[in-house]
Amino acid sequence: MKNRDFIFFVGPSLVAMFVCIAIPLMFVLEQSFFVNKKVYKEVEVESCVAGFTGQICSVEMQTKPQLDEKGEIITQKEFVGLESYERLINFDAVKKAFWQQNFLELENVKFFSALRFTVTFCLITLPFVIILGLVIALTVNNLLSSLKGPIIFVSLLPFIITPIIGALSIRWLFVGDGIITAFLEWLTNSNISMFSNSWTLELMMILYRIWHVCPFAFIVFYAGLQTINKEMLESAIVDGANRYHRLRFIIIPHLMPLIVFVSLIHLMDSYRVFEEIIAFSSDAYVISLQWLTYDFLRLDDTGNRYISSASASSILTMIGISILLYPLIKKTWNDYREGKL
Amino acid sequence: MKLKSIIAILTATFISTSVWGGHHACDYKNKEELTMLSNSYDAWKAVTNAMASCGNFTATLDKDFQQKHSDALAANPSLYDIVGISNGSITPLINAGTVRPLDDLVKKYGSQLLPNQLIKIDGKIMAIAMSVNNQHMMYREDIFSKLGISEPKTWSDVLSAAEKIKASGMVEYPYGGAFKSGWNIAEEFVNMYLGNGGSFFGSGNAPAINNAMGVKSLETLKKLTAYMDPEYLASDSTYAQKQMQQEKIAMGVLWATRAAAMDNAEESKVVGKIKMVSAPMGDARPASSLWWDGIAIAKNISDAEAEAAFQVIMEGIDKEMVKANNDKAVWLIDGYKAGKSAMGAKMTADNGAVPYPSGTRMGAMHGALGTVVPDFLTGKKSAKETLAAIEDAYIAKAKEQGLM
Repeated sequence: MKNRDFIFFVGPSLVAMFVCIAIPLMFVLEQSFFVNKKVYKEVEVESCVAGFTGQICSVEMQTKPQLDEKGEIITQKEFVGLESYERLINFDAVKKAFWQQNFLELENVKFFSALRFTVTFCLITLPFVIILGLVIALTVNNLLSSLKGPIIFVSLLPFIITPIIGALSIRWLFVGDGIITAFLEWLTNSNISMFSNSWTLELMMILYRIWHVCPFAFIVFYAGLQTINKEMLESAIVDGANRYHRLRFIIIPHLMPLIVFVSLIHLMDSYRVFEEIIAFSSDAYVISLQWLTYDFLRLDDTGNRYISSASASSILTMIGISILLYPLIKKTWNDYREGKL
Repeated sequence: MKLKSIIAILTATFISTSVWGGHHACDYKNKEELTMLSNSYDAWKAVTNAMASCGNFTATLDKDFQQKHSDALAANPSLYDIVGISNGSITPLINAGTVRPLDDLVKKYGSQLLPNQLIKIDGKIMAIAMSVNNQHMMYREDIFSKLGISEPKTWSDVLSAAEKIKASGMVEYPYGGAFKSGWNIAEEFVNMYLGNGGSFFGSGNAPAINNAMGVKSLETLKKLTAYMDPEYLASDSTYAQKQMQQEKIAMGVLWATRAAAMDNAEESKVVGKIKMVSAPMGDARPASSLWWDGIAIAKNISDAEAEAAFQVIMEGIDKEMVKANNDKAVWLIDGYKAGKSAMGAKMTADNGAVPYPSGTRMGAMHGALGTVVPDFLTGKKSAKETLAAIEDAYIAKAKEQGLM
């Protein structure tokens, strides 16, 4: 493709990415260094509230935000530097953990507990998604063509289900009186509560995610399998290559770019693990980085959001994704430079 | 099926729904297009149905209404004309000045209101209360009398009763409650801590919960969890209510708004078996806090709309509505007869429970409690560590807001 054509094709998407991704990101970065403080004043408030038999009136000092003449709450923007990051990461706890060589202690800091889960979640689900996706793709590829259509349709179903709905149905199946729990309890004659341990919760989340994402890997690999040169496979058979050899030396190298692609997408998606935490109400035991950001953005009882902390948490999440993706992106870049792509 | 019979069925359905849904007659014909946002439990359904009979009225009932109402009312014009609020959720609206004073409207149209219903802040009527609410003890009278256990009055009574019930094996779990991590578990701590006589703040909005009363409150909560469904941190009010209705638990401190549902034969297996009594006593007073539910009107709407809205509200919380829904809440409205299901709420108040200490800083405190208290219950932190972590979390929030 000529350079000029290339720019015409890619240009609009670059502009869109700049406007919709890069600019907001810069705002987020900026917000993480500032806090918007409200201007509070101690005021004496006389209030009467409803009691059971009569009103309860009291005069008390209350801290109330000040309003300007337009009736909006007055806020002051204040530069705080890395304070929001410090609050999230808790440098003291990190130092202490290093000195005492006791990294389990860090689990007490919400950020590290979220990081630990998020990273293990990504790394454990990834190989399962790739391998199972490949196995399903190879199996379907070898089926009778009359069976292929229905089997593909059925295999894709988990991916079509809205994530939050899928996760909720898993919850209802496994919660205290859920059908599956009741069955397992009857079978083992014991009391099972999947939602009261962090390891059972994590296990369910991992299984659910693998079940949910496998069809995506499958459909991509299946498409890739259609492009394999049949003659090459046939000549390999003539040369005496068995099934394993053909898989190892022809099919997998051919699919490699797709495997990298699926891994990239999966890591990016699973690093933002969120629906599972909400649907399983697991936040007492297991939280993820995305949930942490969400928790800061949720209104508290007084109608406040913690924008600065949320921004710091998003920036750290982004840095984390970049580190996780670095090896894969580097590999793709090298392949590109060596002309393999 | 013939077209005629289809029409006949449809007509029959419409007539029957209108009989069920709209039997409240409205004396005021509303001409303004009005909208309302509120919580979603039965009392709100009753009130909004009555309001709907005045016409041109749509209500959004959402248990997460608190996530919406600050921003929705800050818009100009406001996205809702009327909001259902409680003493907790009114704080952000008062702070932002997005609800209007109702003194003139009360004078003009509010002759039916009792003095107790007028919520006054800084001398102005800012909301109309319709009911009061608190968490109180509900227990299975049949199980207690069979095992010879007397009414639990203190937390040690509750724990020893729980031990006996556990030994008897009569229910799956002796105790149940709304312990879901987040808002609910924070509310449980607030109740315990108030019951033990604690106060949350020192001078200059500094937190002051890291003390013996805090430790004791946490420990009582943890002792209770030994008698609960192990999945208690995912159990909200509705889940706890169902556990009680389905004979899974023998007692629990639950919201008064859930009391009537225990005797609803359509969904409950324990009709007539539940006794409502005061919340158990802490060291100082009952471990509970008093709440009220009420209605306010948005500031950013026209005066004509506000006037119509007020008259529709008056229809929604009139004698007729209370008569039809007497047991759905502990109403403050004229014509209410406190029945059996209101006894627990009343006893809790009579024993000296205090109002929930709502306010700006309490919002930040409640949030901090909701995320950190579970760490103690799951054994991640000791009581002292937990209280220190709650204070840290509160300070972080308070600093970012500008409170400290």
